[in-house]
Amino acid sequence: MFFPRVTTGSDRPIYRQVVDQIRLAVVGGKLRPGDSLPSVRAMAEHLLVNPNTIAKAYAELMREGFVQAQQGKGVFVADRRPVLSAAERQRRLQAAVEQLAHEAAGLGFSSKQIQEALAKKLGGMAGMGETEQKP
Amino acid sequence: MSEAVIQFENLTHWYGKHCAVDQVSLAVPRGSVFALLGRNGSGKSTMIRALLGLQKPTRGRSRVFGEDSMDLAPQTRGRIGYLAEGHPLFGWMKVGEAERFERSFYDSWNERMFAAVVEHFRIGRKQRGKDLSRGQRAGLALALTLASEPEVLVLDDPAMGLDPVARQDFLESIVLTTRDSGRTVFFSSHILADVERVADHVAILDQGVLRVCCPMEVFRQKVRRVVATFKEGVPAGKLPDIPGLLYAVRCADELSLVAVERSGQKEAIWALGPAAVTEEPISLDEAVIAYLGEHGVRTSLLEKIGGGQ
Repeated sequence: MFFPRVTTGSDRPIYRQVVDQIRLAVVGGKLRPGDSLPSVRAMAEHLLVNPNTIAKAYAELMREGFVQAQQGKGVFVADRRPVLSAAERQRRLQAAVEQLAHEAAGLGFSSKQIQEALAKKLGGMAGMGETEQKP
Repeated sequence: MSEAVIQFENLTHWYGKHCAVDQVSLAVPRGSVFALLGRNGSGKSTMIRALLGLQKPTRGRSRVFGEDSMDLAPQTRGRIGYLAEGHPLFGWMKVGEAERFERSFYDSWNERMFAAVVEHFRIGRKQRGKDLSRGQRAGLALALTLASEPEVLVLDDPAMGLDPVARQDFLESIVLTTRDSGRTVFFSSHILADVERVADHVAILDQGVLRVCCPMEVFRQKVRRVVATFKEGVPAGKLPDIPGLLYAVRCADELSLVAVERSGQKEAIWALGPAAVTEEPISLDEAVIAYLGEHGVRTSLLEKIGGGQ
């Protein structure tokens, strides 16, 4: 069963950490469509956090189409269907890339180093290909 | 907003010439885990003691389940679990005796819950209160409180003096309490890591004055750092009034502000003539310290934010 890791004292609220890690696991192929995720209660008790925090994270992941809840069965990784328009997805990707590029360049990394770090974060490009969608 | 289980209405408490709690009004919704934060001596324990009717306020009132704290029926008290600061116990009582004594006050008593918590803290039934370690004393106090299955759990600084393992056990007990979604937890704490994990509502008390009262999510979202960068150095002199400002730090060409999101704030910052203004989220610790710390520029503009309570 996939459990994200959460840290306290971070700039990012716990619900955001949960959302980001599940998203990344789906995009990187660590989680496949149909894989089941812990229930809200199980995850809250495992991570020792307020159940509302997990419920909020799942709600956001559902809105974005990453997971789906099946009545009485639990929460599953969804078959990815784009929820946002192609143009909007492109816009958001550009914004995220922009921020990454500026931050990393500001820290003095070369373009090659940045590319390598990104590839590593995504768990290798092979995993990515399998869940790729047409924009 | 769901029904309020705990309410404070203009609660005010004077100790002689010292005002410990100054006209505090807040409501704790049913099912929430509500953290009360503030420095030592900020009035948290006074509020909690007033809430349980242990101390008559100078003015104002508090209610639990709609009943005035000074006039709680025994049945209502039976629905409240209270863990006092420092986990006081009767030292001469054996653990088994403490259980028998405590359960006599309640209609129902969950023996399994009591046994599970006591075992978890490795407490023997024949040990006396005075012979327990600090963590065990906390464990016994917790077991005695949880076994009555209270609908409202009031904890006054439960983590004080506990080692990390005992603290984790406390967190577990709070998370388990919320299994039944009708249960409400109201607790004071200095351990922000714990608060960040379990609380969904937060209030900050500063020298008896309520400065913040809102859902945790709103607090995290609204209190952030705003950095204004200047081409030719930060303008000298006193900062003009910036709505929502908590504190400001200047370095050479950067003005770093921690501020609550407010209307008119952006305009006030841009009016200083910066080249760029960026916003970034901050940790819970930074946000709380921005309210309670003594450094930087402090303003008196800070009413409680959001929540509408």
